Amino acid sequence: MVNQQQVFSHTFENGMVLVAQSMPWLASSAFSINLPAGCRYDPAEQIGLSNFTCEMVQRGCGDMNSRQYIEELEANGIDYSSSSSVYHMHFSGAMRAENLLTGLSIYADVLQKPHLPEDQLEDGRLVCYQEVRSLEDDLVQRVLLSLRERHYGHPDGRDCHGSMESVKSISIADIQKFYETHFRPNGTILSVAGKIDWPQLKDHVGKLFGNWESQDDVVPDSSPAQHGVHHISFDSQQTQIALAYKSIPVVDPDYFQARGAVGVLSDGMSSRLFHEVREKRGLCYSVFASNHSIKGKGSVICYSGTTAERAQETLDVIIEQLHNLSKGIHEDELRRLKVQIRSGLVMQQESCRSRAGVIAGDWFHFGRVRLLDEISELINNLSVESINQYLSNNPPGQFDLVTLGPTPLELPDHAVSSTSA
Amino acid sequence: MQYHQHQLDNGLTILAECNPSAYTSAFGFFVRTGARDEATEIGGVSHFLEHMVFKGTPNRTAEQVNLELDEMGSASNARTGEESTIYHAAVLPEFQSKMVELLSDIMRPSLRQEDFETEKQVIIEEIMMYQDQPPYGGHEKIMELFFGGHPLGQSVLGTPQTVGDMTAEQMKDYFRVRYSPSNIALAAAGNIDFKQLVDDAEKHCGEWEAFDCERSKQTASYQTGFETLHKPNSHQQYLLQLAPGPGNDDPQRFAMRAGATILGDDSGSRMYWEFLDSGKAESAAAGSYEYHNNGLIMSFVCCDPKDAQDNLKLLHNVQREFAERGVSEKELELAKQKIASHIVLASERTESRMFSVGAQWLTGQKFKSVQEIADTYQSVTLDEVNAAIRKFPLTENMTLAIGPNDKLQPAGR
Repeated sequence: MVNQQQVFSHTFENGMVLVAQSMPWLASSAFSINLPAGCRYDPAEQIGLSNFTCEMVQRGCGDMNSRQYIEELEANGIDYSSSSSVYHMHFSGAMRAENLLTGLSIYADVLQKPHLPEDQLEDGRLVCYQEVRSLEDDLVQRVLLSLRERHYGHPDGRDCHGSMESVKSISIADIQKFYETHFRPNGTILSVAGKIDWPQLKDHVGKLFGNWESQDDVVPDSSPAQHGVHHISFDSQQTQIALAYKSIPVVDPDYFQARGAVGVLSDGMSSRLFHEVREKRGLCYSVFASNHSIKGKGSVICYSGTTAERAQETLDVIIEQLHNLSKGIHEDELRRLKVQIRSGLVMQQESCRSRAGVIAGDWFHFGRVRLLDEISELINNLSVESINQYLSNNPPGQFDLVTLGPTPLELPDHAVSSTSA
Repeated sequence: MQYHQHQLDNGLTILAECNPSAYTSAFGFFVRTGARDEATEIGGVSHFLEHMVFKGTPNRTAEQVNLELDEMGSASNARTGEESTIYHAAVLPEFQSKMVELLSDIMRPSLRQEDFETEKQVIIEEIMMYQDQPPYGGHEKIMELFFGGHPLGQSVLGTPQTVGDMTAEQMKDYFRVRYSPSNIALAAAGNIDFKQLVDDAEKHCGEWEAFDCERSKQTASYQTGFETLHKPNSHQQYLLQLAPGPGNDDPQRFAMRAGATILGDDSGSRMYWEFLDSGKAESAAAGSYEYHNNGLIMSFVCCDPKDAQDNLKLLHNVQREFAERGVSEKELELAKQKIASHIVLASERTESRMFSVGAQWLTGQKFKSVQEIADTYQSVTLDEVNAAIRKFPLTENMTLAIGPNDKLQPAGR
């Protein structure tokens, strides 16, 4: 199965990319539309504009009003979602394979013929307000969003929801302008996975999007990162701990060395963080580290949440484990990790949704889809020596820390990243 | 796709849906025990025990259990509910026998004192974590209020007090009366060698001692009312409502689930149009939850605290119209499309098939294939849905409002 991957791609004249993976063993298919209209393009005083526009383009399009649009999705059994991230506005759907082309036709109207009805602007704004308020109650998200904003700066570390104030300032004219400037075929990646007929799919997408006119990219505003330690005071039971350090992005030739090191730290129940922080000491319920890539930049982000009086010890053990990592990993750790990654790749093949997401991500970062054979080979080639060499050249350190809870935590001076803002 | 079933002499049931073309295999031990089977002084013992099962056996330390789960590249976990505890793992088919051996072994845990004390801290951290997350313990609170003393109202996690006071000996006593092989099934799905599965189960579980294991079948006398839980530093108001619904052996459950989809699915439902499209709430949904001899419909609205009173009224009106006027043929057709699509998408994951096989055993129902389940939903009629809606009116409910607004009043009374 892993050897029989069928991947197709086509770039239309207007620059839009269609990339697809055939999974004939499934009865379903899924698509993911990645439009280069993420919140990195939001003006600094109007963060939330991309997200608000994402809401408004779905309030009627083509021949459908907003109710008919939802009913059309429902009538075709399309499990849909949409969101804005830093680089992209995403629209995705999963459905029985026979409804795929209809699903794409609906979204062709969303992207090219939205009504952007002014009489629904205030309803749309309320939806955006609700999202901002709910995030305030999600302490894990709050600490992680704050960390990303400080670690990457703007626009890469931005929370696309914005604030109550920024959402309040957005007018229908702002949304129309955002739509006209950023909804474009060049830079858009449409990925499809599942039971497909490639010639038919390509032809259908060509008809739907072939006349969409390309536009120039715009350079977004930026502001620098704010490194170091930051505390958000909040009366909660637990202290939320989020930590980041610089790493390499997914496109770096050494990426799998960095991925392997983090895997030893956090993949599975025998991983170092889970074992040392939770299993051995019972300090928390949740602890993890993961590689994070944004175009051209990479980092490792660690998280744990624990009762306030045990939070300093939890942070100390995490830092100790990060320092120990630079002393090297062991043969048995790598052996387990290789099986886990391979097993995860096979399990991905059971879901057209996850494959549609993965191949779109590959196209965005690499301009092609990496076949499973290629990834398997990269994993096979990992060795204790190669990972340890990487770790000795790139030891975890210079941490950015954000905590949320009743009392601040301390990071040893030598471990703190210097502030550039 | 073939379904097989076998029972060992000691009563352990083995069930599998075998799909030779699947790329993975999934296994789960399903135990008919959960929070409703606990004495109040050991509240949370089922869930705590679920954690302790991974802490080693006479043959393995906790660390060895974790190492072996990872060495097989497994996606493994466990979950505890009001009526069940499930231990599960998905692996590549080559690991079938090894995984069955490991899961079987951990189902007879040592429950060592030192591990017990360390894990107790993890459980208390888990309880604290949920106390910081919306709806801030509201789910446990409303279950307790709604079930009014019936064991289904007991908290799955327990409290820092009950967990903190618990002894390893109490947990061992609980294990000895609940983990009889007659109360457990080994369910599997995907690329399964069924003969091998039975042979392995016989070898590793055949010696488990059988004993009688019963559960109180009493039906709850559901409570109605209105309560608030003041949470001043919350930004949103969370409205929870429970109303009686069909139990897991009630023939009306499929009709009621279709009805709940029309009323409260997260997209395109009546609550979607009333609350979400208009931005009156951040989330609004309703769903049917079934238990042995009992059932409930849960409604949930999360909104700006200053809109909470209006939204309570609106929710009441939506529910009243739903009960009085029923649903339309068009609504039912859309709901059926949606349900059929969800069934197809879920059926493609081996793990979700394993859960379906095991969950059907938990409820004591005859096994239904994906197609049979899809057909059951397709055959639901408008009259059946409207009859179920009339029988279970959502306006007669227990309501709990959690958040900064402590001035709320019940709607419609």
